[in-house]
Amino acid sequence: MKPILEVSDLHVTFRSEHHEVKAIRGVDFTIHEGEVVAFVGESGSGKSVTFQSIMRLLPQPPANIDKGTILYNGRDITKISETEMQKIRGKEIAMIFQDPMTSLNPTIRVGKQIAESLMKHQKVTYQEAKDRAVELLKMVGIPSPSERVNQYPHQFSGGMRQRAMIAMALACSPKLLIADEPTTALDVTIQAQIIDLLKDLQTDTGSSIVFITHDLGVVAEIADRVAVMYAGKIVETGTLDEIFYNPRHPYTWGLLASMPRLDQTRDQDLASIPGSPPSLVNPPVGCPFTARCPYAMKICQEQMPETTKASDSHQVACWLQHPDSPKVENPIVSRR
Amino acid sequence: MNSTKKLQKSWFEPLAPSEKNSEVLAPQTGYWKDAWRRFKANKGALIGLVLIILLLLIAFIGPLLNGFDYSTQNLSISNQEHLSGHFLGTDSLGRDLWQRVWYGAKVSLLIAFIAAFLDVVIGVTFGGISGYFGGRVDSVMQRILEIMYSIPNIVVIILLMMYLEPGILPIAVALAFTGWVPMARVVRAQILKLKTQEYVLAARTMGASHFRILFKHLIPNVVGPIIIAVTFSIPSAIFFEAFLSFIGLGLRSPAASLGILVNDGYRTLQLFPYQLFWPALVLCIIMLSFNLIGDGLRDALDPKMKK
Amino acid sequence: MVKYTLKRFGLMLLTLFIITTVTFFLVRMLPGTPLANEEKLPAEIREQILQQYGLKDPLYIQYFKFMGHLVQGDLGMSLSQNGRSVNELLSDRIGPSAIIGFQGILIGIVIGLLLGIAAALKRGTWVDSLASATAVFGVSIPNFVLAGLLSYWIGVKFGWLPPALWGGYEYTILPSLSLSVYVIAQVSRYIRTEMVEVLDQDYIRTAKAKGLAWRKIITGHALRNAMIPAVTVLGPLTVNILTGSLVVENIFGVPGIGNLFVESIMVNDYTTVLGTTIFYSILFLGVTFIVDVLYGVIDPRIRISGAKE
Repeated sequence: MKPILEVSDLHVTFRSEHHEVKAIRGVDFTIHEGEVVAFVGESGSGKSVTFQSIMRLLPQPPANIDKGTILYNGRDITKISETEMQKIRGKEIAMIFQDPMTSLNPTIRVGKQIAESLMKHQKVTYQEAKDRAVELLKMVGIPSPSERVNQYPHQFSGGMRQRAMIAMALACSPKLLIADEPTTALDVTIQAQIIDLLKDLQTDTGSSIVFITHDLGVVAEIADRVAVMYAGKIVETGTLDEIFYNPRHPYTWGLLASMPRLDQTRDQDLASIPGSPPSLVNPPVGCPFTARCPYAMKICQEQMPETTKASDSHQVACWLQHPDSPKVENPIVSRR
Repeated sequence: MNSTKKLQKSWFEPLAPSEKNSEVLAPQTGYWKDAWRRFKANKGALIGLVLIILLLLIAFIGPLLNGFDYSTQNLSISNQEHLSGHFLGTDSLGRDLWQRVWYGAKVSLLIAFIAAFLDVVIGVTFGGISGYFGGRVDSVMQRILEIMYSIPNIVVIILLMMYLEPGILPIAVALAFTGWVPMARVVRAQILKLKTQEYVLAARTMGASHFRILFKHLIPNVVGPIIIAVTFSIPSAIFFEAFLSFIGLGLRSPAASLGILVNDGYRTLQLFPYQLFWPALVLCIIMLSFNLIGDGLRDALDPKMKK
Repeated sequence: MVKYTLKRFGLMLLTLFIITTVTFFLVRMLPGTPLANEEKLPAEIREQILQQYGLKDPLYIQYFKFMGHLVQGDLGMSLSQNGRSVNELLSDRIGPSAIIGFQGILIGIVIGLLLGIAAALKRGTWVDSLASATAVFGVSIPNFVLAGLLSYWIGVKFGWLPPALWGGYEYTILPSLSLSVYVIAQVSRYIRTEMVEVLDQDYIRTAKAKGLAWRKIITGHALRNAMIPAVTVLGPLTVNILTGSLVVENIFGVPGIGNLFVESIMVNDYTTVLGTTIFYSILFLGVTFIVDVLYGVIDPRIRISGAKE
């Protein structure tokens, strides 16, 4: 598989007059053609910021890419001009966002919002773009698309709006679709529909998808690979099976344990990870999870663990992987 | 990857919870302390505050510095811009302008403060009752507010002043007649938002009376917005007072207010512009200071409104 | 939407009725009589004049007569200007007031818009500081002071423009400028706030993610949405122009309605005061009504669902 997005050593900082927040502190990953990669982690772990900074959607200042390279099809897009970047956004890499209520412009017809992207990237007339918008709405399963195309976002239900967002993102057949918590703001039943839609569209178009979420249940539905983020770093990454059946990082264990299960009895408490992530104004020198980790060792507080390979596709940044550390087993054996 | 540092075995011993570096949280600050910190950070607001304090000091101490008073006429020294002892010169009737400006400033401020006080009393009561009781009471009171709001206030003030004898209290009353409306709207909106909160329910289950809940529990939580509204109603009152004097419906000479002085200044503008300049300057400084303070307070007390 | 419009219209008529009634009785119960200045008038002539103006009737009869005429658009006869109706006086005077009012509001809106937008786009730069300084000075310098300064400096000292009176076009410039400063202040501040808020919205990020150019995002998405709520400042601005015109016309000697109003107050010309008040109220209520309806028309959320949020 050919890599389409290669990110290495990405550092992003938000600077204001009074302090700076080191939101992304050295992130490396690769997205290949046609694969679905899920990025999971708590809010504030940096998963959205990573991709918004790749897309250059964060206002600068305060945000700034301090360091790192982002190769899109082999070209470093941190070096290109804003005009060049505009040709990539929406055409090569498209994005859908968490809240379809606020992510669509309330005063512009849905059809026009879809057409805008086509007119920009494919140099078609408004009429052609609008006809195409009808097709797109049909493709994402919106009934009577030729009427819907002339309606305003507030006339759509939440699920419909997210479908319209997807139609807008797919308008120019992007090679990479970044879905930033696309189901978080929706009802559970609608969530499943949207996931199914994304899965089908992915099969049809073969584009790659980055799926940002904090919901591991969704991850299991759709992802080929998973990257777990914590405090601005990727702490573990592997295939879906590796992460679900052979997780190595205590944070991943915690995440999996906090997932509700059908086979859980009612009197069993849902596990949670005590504490909260560290402030990224003064991030800890060592492993950021130390303060919440039940297996923390002295070294964890002093030094950031190296990334080690558990397999070719499975990487973990944890001192427990070191030969000198005590052997700790995943406390919950996956029962799937 | 290999670490360059040599790792010691002992480092892999478990870390006791007590050894963990715990997060140092920023000290909790109160609402007012926080607001004051934000207010201080606002340069414009600080300048406004300093200006108004200085101005008040001069308004009270200044008149002691030369031996004149605001009303004694002396036609032999009329319209003198530079005359020893008369810091700002004299007006067309030979009255000391320095005395008149500070006397006028005090009168204007007094009128503004009385009007602002009346605004608070009426506005808070009206808005509080309307917001707290809701339902029929609210919808009737809302209509009244809407109608009051859609009448051009200047027309009402002028009509009232045609009816009332010009004087400090009547002017303040006329200004408050329309001035309470914005206050009532602010208070009503806040109370509507607050009254569904838990502590109100708690107070009610404990048998507190409506009056008590409204004035002891709700109103104190609306103090921020009220202060902001007052700060803006003061310059507005000062403006209208001057405006009324200007069109001949306010106080009249030999009394002095900034409006009268500006009006008098206009009569001699072509020949003696300084007679307009000084009172106009003081008037502008007062309005500017209150507007600056108001902006600062709004940003400080209501961080959500700041964008 | 239709229901909403009708409701607003009804409320407007009700408000107008209340204003008219209250004003009528207030003015009629004023101390002193309109003929107080002409005390040397023989008693019988006095009686005759009062008879002629219908001032001898009981108050409620006068009220019904007045309202009857008002419905037909007749504001009655002026008490101070012999033989002229208030309608005539108003139509004589409306031209100059309209010119300086419109010019003032136009200058104010154009400059205010530009300043406000520039400030929002260049937040934290000198443009932004300039805009906030303009906004706070603009609301702090009373128009009667500003008018005086302009008249004295530009008119008398430098002699660039006529300091007062009414003649050709050049006479309209200083009065219009005096009126526009407050408008600039209000509009720029309001647009800046709205614009900053809109630029923070998620849909701006969506537009950016589509690859649209920044300029296109500003004109196609941000400005449009920032302007919708900004329409609501038109109401308060009208009041301000109105208030301002009373003094500005006085200072510059513009023969407009503001001047007429102040003159009528001075000479106790009740019918003209009453007529002008009603005229002002209609003007203001009309603008408020239009703004309300316009708001609904330009905001699809209201136009289609028919209610404000």
